[in-house]
Amino acid sequence: MSIAETATDAGNMHNPSSADGTGGSGGSGLGRRSFLGYVVGGTTLVAAAEFAATPRADAVIPSAPQIPELYDLEDLQTDAALPTSALISVTINKDGTASFAIPRAEVGQGITTSTAMILADELDLPVSKVKVTLAPARPELLLNQLTGGSNTTVSTYTPIRVAAAIARNALLDAAAIELGYAVARLRTYEGLIEAPDGTTISYGDLADKAASPQTKKVEVVLKEAKDRKVVGRPHNRDDALAAVTGQKNFSMDLDVKGALPTMVCRPPTLNGSPRRLKNRKKIKRMPGVKDVVKVNTGIAVRARTFGQCIDAIREMDVVWNKGSVEGESDHTILAGLKRAEIPMIVPNVPILADQIDADFAFAFRSSAALEPNCAIADVREDSAEIWAGLKVPILAQQNIAQAVGLRQDQVKVNVITSGGSFGHKLFSDAAIEAAKISKKMKKPVRLMWHRADEPRQGRLHPMVTSRVRATMLGNEVLSFEQRNTSVVTDFSHGLGEIITSTLDEAPTSVGKALGGLAFSETIFTLTQELPYNFGAVTQLLSETDGRFNTGSMRNIYSPDTAVASELVIDMMAKKMKMDPLEFRLKFIKDERTRACLEKVAEEGNWGRKMPAHRAQGIAVHKEYKGSTAVLVEIDTRPSTVNRKIRNAVTGPRVTKVVMAVDAGLVINPRGLEAQMQGGFMDGLALTLTSSCHLRNGKFLEASWDNYFYTRQWNVPRKIDVHIMDPGVDQPGGAGEAGVPASAAAVACAYARAVGKVPTAFPINHGEISFKPKTFVPPVPKSPTNGLKFTY
Amino acid sequence: MPKQTFILNGKPVTVNVNDDVRVLWVLRDLLGVTGPKYGCGINVCKACTSHINGKAFNPCSVKVGDLKKKDRVTTIEGLPDTVGKKLHPMQQAWIDRDVPQCGYCQPGQIMAAVATVKKVRREGRQLRESDLDEIRNICRCGTYARIREAVEEGARNMR
Ligand code: FES
Ligand code: FES
Repeated sequence: MSIAETATDAGNMHNPSSADGTGGSGGSGLGRRSFLGYVVGGTTLVAAAEFAATPRADAVIPSAPQIPELYDLEDLQTDAALPTSALISVTINKDGTASFAIPRAEVGQGITTSTAMILADELDLPVSKVKVTLAPARPELLLNQLTGGSNTTVSTYTPIRVAAAIARNALLDAAAIELGYAVARLRTYEGLIEAPDGTTISYGDLADKAASPQTKKVEVVLKEAKDRKVVGRPHNRDDALAAVTGQKNFSMDLDVKGALPTMVCRPPTLNGSPRRLKNRKKIKRMPGVKDVVKVNTGIAVRARTFGQCIDAIREMDVVWNKGSVEGESDHTILAGLKRAEIPMIVPNVPILADQIDADFAFAFRSSAALEPNCAIADVREDSAEIWAGLKVPILAQQNIAQAVGLRQDQVKVNVITSGGSFGHKLFSDAAIEAAKISKKMKKPVRLMWHRADEPRQGRLHPMVTSRVRATMLGNEVLSFEQRNTSVVTDFSHGLGEIITSTLDEAPTSVGKALGGLAFSETIFTLTQELPYNFGAVTQLLSETDGRFNTGSMRNIYSPDTAVASELVIDMMAKKMKMDPLEFRLKFIKDERTRACLEKVAEEGNWGRKMPAHRAQGIAVHKEYKGSTAVLVEIDTRPSTVNRKIRNAVTGPRVTKVVMAVDAGLVINPRGLEAQMQGGFMDGLALTLTSSCHLRNGKFLEASWDNYFYTRQWNVPRKIDVHIMDPGVDQPGGAGEAGVPASAAAVACAYARAVGKVPTAFPINHGEISFKPKTFVPPVPKSPTNGLKFTY
Repeated sequence: MPKQTFILNGKPVTVNVNDDVRVLWVLRDLLGVTGPKYGCGINVCKACTSHINGKAFNPCSVKVGDLKKKDRVTTIEGLPDTVGKKLHPMQQAWIDRDVPQCGYCQPGQIMAAVATVKKVRREGRQLRESDLDEIRNICRCGTYARIREAVEEGARNMR
């Protein structure tokens, strides 16, 4: 149906580019695929396509493939669209613009820009005339409204082109009548249609003439790659002007009547709950304070300003119930993970073979964005309205309805652009909390978490151990086993439901292999892929301990898995007396990853002589239908490590970065470069600096002066990104692709510079270099000496 | 309630609020000036960076009562007016280099960049890499590399 192909050319169905499931006009001229869509009945032109991709043909199974080579998380999310019959539509407006509401969240990754580019190309309209907005929660899209797994472009690429192409055809049909020429003789450009005699008519003037009184089904062929003028060329972001002038509105900037600042006094230990506020009267009398209520997460206060909320929280005298991990610390949780580790398959000492056993631990890390968790909620007797940055708005709508006792259709959920997500906004914690508070206060609330709440009560990337055993005989690798054991990752944001509802659609070979696995294990299996020929390769995940608030963090498992495996690969190379690059090139499995590796080696001058305490590191990663390679140089000289910057964690400095990324068909190279640079900053922090320390049931970190995300003093002064052109017509994901190989390359370089492979990450986790802020009160006092630091 | 008066983006403003409320909340919650963002409230993240009498400061850490009548507070919204243009050269550099990702930190980044350039000029020298290293503003999207390029471009175009 709809975007399903009209089988005019059976042979074409099996060409390599249609087997990938995103369709595309693979093949040339004759027998190009056509797609079906609709001109929607109405007074202005609306063209629509079903938001679903064509079912893929089962791929040819190479020898001993890992599952992601056959079918990965991207496929799963793309296939998840299949059973839905919901439409996405493009509207041509009378002012000559086109508008489109994307059922995804913009969290900084630039999807509104890249989507506008795709539409502009297919419509022959300037990008500036394409208005892309974020759709509110659309229950009819079911689980197909989830922004995650870097899947946006992968799953929306074909449907939005189909809708645009249908719109363009309808405009041409209308123009043919107006101008008195056959469609074939008309030309479209820049939002105009030109007749052979030079007369033109604009899309805006045709918008109503091209409209159809009834919805009708039409067939369309998409533009070929060679005819694209916008896709694949660098384009600046559509929201940059708003961002640099302070006009870009985030949830907390919206003017919603009566929605006064609201904050929550939270428990001293993780997941504690309030029993009683002892000095309620006193708090109610404090300046600016309007309302005080108890909710399950703490004591909420609504006031004239956020500053007065903070002051009130600091005065609150609350009796707390115990938390979920009372008395526990990093080392007790780690011991629990150790106990839950599952055994390797290969026996300990194969005769004659060399064996490497390595064991790594990765600390808890905060996925919080710079914009803290926040939401505006206005809950009434029989309706509710929410404004928040949400990546799974449908689930938020359901959860909110349930939390406040309304029907799902009584809850309106507005998706607002977020100040970053990194996996954090897959959940709707703040929106649900805001709704509960609003219901209890019977007033609109503007709920914001204090920064201190984020690492202490917010979602973290779980603590993980990764064990690797590799066996080698002569110059061959016989086996490579990796076992990750992790604190449970929360997938209640909907990816879980997508998996259950979609696996039936997956190729049977995949379905069988995944049968019986838990959600997280399924995701692990769908995402992890070791791109090397290492004989018997197994990578498995086991989970234990569900007492923490967790979630994915700009990728779910890959950074930790890549750090562990790439470090072991360096150890294997050493054992075989091979150079790390030479070793990788010998064993690499696929040409696209090899090309990335060769690119960074050449551009980064791999193997150049480095002075003492400095070294290069190189690593690759394959995921999201693409590959990444990263080469870094690191400086660990004591004079660098101990350089002084006020209140800063300095440490080793990466001085140079060269990245190569193959992300398939690239819509916007400038956006991809930005995503890769950002991904590097994350990878750097994961390996060197950023973590949360659990002590006695509490996370110690409370702000950016404790949680050491990459800062300018850590940033490499040179970072080059090379974008590969694999000549395919399928886009890959970009948002998360940069992190794993970056984290791994930094780890490999560090190990070589100091002559010792670290076993715990980030490398500075062992020492606590700050004085923890108070737990009661749970938020620090705002300083008053700001005028001393003007510059 | 005490009356607080200062100059905001070129115009005198008066607000009724207690002395100890921090300037950030006066701007955002009472005056509806939302360019300066909250990211920590303790003068660490620098998302709220604005200018006072032409120098960078962090309004989350200054009591409104400490502002004097003649103090000129400039937020990102008022930055273009300081050069009498639609965009300050630093903002233009940010657009040229396509710096923002989520954009949340960027008003603060730009205000910090302008102040940094002015400071090195006061010191009678050129911008150095070490000046860029010491810009404290966090960008959780990791736009640091383009920020460095943009500060240099903006500096070249600042008079
Ligand atoms: S909010 Fe002012 S420095 Fe963070
Ligand atoms: S652009 Fe998102 S925090 Fe800087």
